[in-house]
Amino acid sequence: MKPAPFNYIKPSSIGDALAALGEHPEAVLLAGGQSLLPMLNMRLVAPSHVIDIGALPAMNEVSIADGWLRMGALLRHCDLAASPTVAEAAPLLQAAARHIGHPAIRNRGTIGGSLALADPAAELPACLLALGGRLVIEGLDGERVVEAAAFFTGTFETALRRDEILRAVEVPVLAPKYRSEFHELARRLGDYALVGLAAHGQIDNGGVHDLRLAFFAVGDKPALAVAAARSLEGKSLSEANIAAAVALLADDIHPIGQPGYGERTKLHHCGVLVKRALSRMAA
Amino acid sequence: MSDTPPHGPLHAVLDRPNSYIGRSVPRPNVRRLLQGRGNYVDDIRLPRMVHVAFVRSPYAHARIDGIDTAAALNSPGVVAVVTGAELAEYCTPWVGVLSHLAGLKSQPQHAIAIQKASWQGEAVAAVVAETRAQAEDGVDAVQVQWTELPIVADMETALDDQTPVIHPDLGDNLAWQRSFEAGDVDAAFAAGTVVDEEFSFGRHTGVTVEPRAILSSYEPAEGRLTVHHSCQAPHMMQNIFATHLGLEEHDVRVICGDVGGSYGIKVHAYADEMATAALSVMLRRPVKFIADRLESFLTDIHARDHRVRARMAISESGKILGIEIDDLTGIGPYSVYPRTSGIEANQIVNLTGAQYTCGNYRAKTTVVFQNKVPMCQYRAVGHPIATAVTEGLVDAAAAAIGMDPIEVRRRNLIPDDAYPCTAATGLSFEGLSHHRALARLVELMDYDSLRAEQERLRGDGIYRGIGIATFIELTNPSAMFYGVGGARISAQDGCTLRLDAKGNVICTTGVTEQGQGAEAVMAQVTATAVGVTIDKVRVITGDTDVVPYGGGTWASRAAGIGGEAAVQAGKALRENILKVAGIILQAEPETLDIREGRVVDGADGNDRIGLDEVGRIAYYRADTLPKDFQSELVATRHYVPKLFPFAFTNGVQASWLEVDIETGFVTLLKHWAVEDCGTVINPQLVDEQIRGGVVQGIGGALFEHCLYDDHGQLLNGSMMDYLTPMAAEMPDIEVAHVETPTADSELGAKGAGEAGTAGAPAAVLNAINDALMPLDVRLNIHPATPERILAALGTVG
Ligand SMILES: Cc1cc2nc3c(=O)[nH]c(=O)nc-3n(C[C@H](O)[C@H](O)[C@H](O)COP(=O)(O)OP(=O)(O)OC[C@H]3O[C@@H](n4cnc5c(N)ncnc54)[C@H](O)[C@@H]3O)c2cc1C
Repeated sequence: MKPAPFNYIKPSSIGDALAALGEHPEAVLLAGGQSLLPMLNMRLVAPSHVIDIGALPAMNEVSIADGWLRMGALLRHCDLAASPTVAEAAPLLQAAARHIGHPAIRNRGTIGGSLALADPAAELPACLLALGGRLVIEGLDGERVVEAAAFFTGTFETALRRDEILRAVEVPVLAPKYRSEFHELARRLGDYALVGLAAHGQIDNGGVHDLRLAFFAVGDKPALAVAAARSLEGKSLSEANIAAAVALLADDIHPIGQPGYGERTKLHHCGVLVKRALSRMAA
Repeated sequence: MSDTPPHGPLHAVLDRPNSYIGRSVPRPNVRRLLQGRGNYVDDIRLPRMVHVAFVRSPYAHARIDGIDTAAALNSPGVVAVVTGAELAEYCTPWVGVLSHLAGLKSQPQHAIAIQKASWQGEAVAAVVAETRAQAEDGVDAVQVQWTELPIVADMETALDDQTPVIHPDLGDNLAWQRSFEAGDVDAAFAAGTVVDEEFSFGRHTGVTVEPRAILSSYEPAEGRLTVHHSCQAPHMMQNIFATHLGLEEHDVRVICGDVGGSYGIKVHAYADEMATAALSVMLRRPVKFIADRLESFLTDIHARDHRVRARMAISESGKILGIEIDDLTGIGPYSVYPRTSGIEANQIVNLTGAQYTCGNYRAKTTVVFQNKVPMCQYRAVGHPIATAVTEGLVDAAAAAIGMDPIEVRRRNLIPDDAYPCTAATGLSFEGLSHHRALARLVELMDYDSLRAEQERLRGDGIYRGIGIATFIELTNPSAMFYGVGGARISAQDGCTLRLDAKGNVICTTGVTEQGQGAEAVMAQVTATAVGVTIDKVRVITGDTDVVPYGGGTWASRAAGIGGEAAVQAGKALRENILKVAGIILQAEPETLDIREGRVVDGADGNDRIGLDEVGRIAYYRADTLPKDFQSELVATRHYVPKLFPFAFTNGVQASWLEVDIETGFVTLLKHWAVEDCGTVINPQLVDEQIRGGVVQGIGGALFEHCLYDDHGQLLNGSMMDYLTPMAAEMPDIEVAHVETPTADSELGAKGAGEAGTAGAPAAVLNAINDALMPLDVRLNIHPATPERILAALGTVG
């Protein structure tokens, strides 16, 4: 479990980092290293160059502007969890951060790394989907913004091009009467989830509006349960209404099983999570 | 949270003023290890040392058509690329059979596979390089031409006519079969209520914190091999290296320094470790091999993987009338050397039902070959299976006749005053305490209140369960375990104690330190038996050039066997010291004693002379002693159990847990263990052995499982996917003791290392079934995963 030989570059500006990426077609970016280093050691990847962006300036800041919460890509999971600004503007992200690995991993792992890697079982991609977030991407020819819904394209696949850097993430600041719930099932504390749900919606006049149910660890990328969510639009979160929505999940979600944990069990668990999340939202 | 054990009748030799027996003294090595100053094999660097990495088969069964090493040889830092045929010149193959497992057969196994690979992960070539990374680069450059062969994955069909035979020379895939019958089983089943269950136990493995590690160095000028080896049985390995590398035994030195856990994983002869030793002879330079975590999953022995069909007949009054089991296990393509892969199955036959008086017992076990990682002995060999089957049947039978599970056990456990006695399976018991242990457990867990709480919560839709598991544990084995079958594994152990000129005692012993605290126990026993304070004792283990010949650490034997050798050596050294002191003091040696490092008058404890002074005179001023007297301030004694083939221990565990019937998740709330390991030498070390053992048992019951696909590919061979039990999910584990010392030794200590693992899976599965009883569901599959629980509940198909 030793990595194949590679060259190491530590640029001091994002421009230098982009230039290095352009120059070396077989290079990879290194942020917190919590996913990349195991992949290198297991020789799942063998890049010619590792470009360490961990120390790039001004890429781990949290700020609010124009109704959007903006978080630098190098923000670490532990800082995401501890930020009062995040807790207020996007409590879903704070709730999710606690479920990412163990403290040692959260101390180094970055939100940008998690989103750029796009592990289907990762928490943050589903949260972005639930919140309607967007990703700020920097390339040699400038910046572009991609909606979360268009960013995650498959297992470990995103809209990021190989010569681009994810610079920041933005989500709308929590609007009045919006609530969110984060639930996941994992066999052991800190494990990647067997299955998880990020739920977000508005509770008003006894009814739920604009509900988004984003699942992770179900398929090749985070998935919104559109029909189930729509069926509840404007309705109360009564046991019967929730049960009816759960029954629609089979149309929305087509889980991929894993060894010892088949798709039927996964789908059943999705239903349990919806029930638990929505009952709490209603409370 | 453990009770200070109420002492059983201690023998006079240990009931001394400065006794350390029954005291939780800290281990001598703990400060060093906790400061990160351990010296593990990987920390050792020798001049001219090179590293080996292995080319491993990606297929479970494939013929090697060719190995192209040219590119690898050109890879930077690569020193040699060696194939199986080349290495066979230096290392002879072995066959893992023992004569007392009559009929057990296996194929000769080479250090590196020659014609074909028989499991995914078997080494087919070695790349030796200046660094491990360069060796791995070299591995990537080796090209192997393979032809895939048909795979035997499922043990259920391994013996079918259509199934290919893995080793054509053997004729079939049957490794071993054993049948046993006692009493009148058919009559028993005709007479009572019968419960019929099928149990299955997933393959799992030991996951030592320190992986397997070996550094072998050959000195051609002397023909001597020195092997730094993370292992459990240095003398056994000395014999094996000598035998297969063509060396004299005394020319092989095995040094077993700090070991980061073993659990039975490190008590076998591994092909890649044999290859490393052979490479050091071939290349005439030190070669290091440290298994990385991925290859650990593919090469460390696996264990369990049994399917047991079982029946029990019970009378209306709760008397167990008969037990019948039919066990099947798949052990991989080879029986592992030298202990064989038949022992776990044999243990299941021997141990099932053996805590109960029932004399009608029929058992059969079938051991088959398959293309998966070889299976062999891992902590509590066979016990978790025998216990889960027995105790699962008892609970099912109790439910069938509507009797409380504790009551059924009370009515069937061998009475505490019935010893010595012999079980239906022929095991002989010197003295066990099932009833006292059960009574202690019931009191400890407040059984009746727990039942009331369970009932109350069921009303709220909360499903909690209580699981009880009584068990016996085989410890302190005599030569009847391995030696009798031809294995060159010592059941005896020795201890040498030497008084130095400053009054300190140097203890060398054949048992080894695995991180479990064996050295602390040896120091306690030595200090007590000689009469010095423990800080004066230095314990040396794990060096075949230095320590007395012995078996090492396995089968819960270190404290009981190595400890008794230390007791006897301590007595002898004390006597020798007092002879010298008697001359110096002009007193009869019998009137003197040694306490806290000083010679005193035995009658009143009056201080006479320090051991440092005795040492000074004996070593430096022998001229002042009589001419006809020679002092001998060193003593060696050996011990092997003689009265009984094994010192059986007993215990009982209970699990209290909650099943979330919506998700199938189990939350462990509490675990209790009462066990009887005879004399408790160090309560803290015993309690932690029990706790650690319980955790590994829980691992097998709920989490750990080597998952294979139909192609014999391991699907979860990493720490990410293979679920070892972790602290956050573990319950508080309360431990208590009953002490029934063995009369086989003066120390009276039996083993404690495996009791936790023996009982925990049964307790947990019984608790799950107890929780689900109102839903009329039973589940006998280990590990009991959420999906399996939901399937049993009918929630998912
Ligand atoms: C034991 C363990 C448990 C874990 N459990 C979880 C868990 O439960 N949930 C979870 O979500 N994650 C988990 N992780 C992964 C962890 O969250 C990682 O931190 C995260 O996936 C990657 O972040 P990183 O900063 O470490 O990225 P790195 O490992 O440095 O990089 C990961 C990938 O992203 C790319 N990358 C990184 N930053 C950027 C960027 N700014 N722009 C473009 N590409 C970039 C890299 O090139 C690389 O391909 C776990 C990891 C471990 C080791």
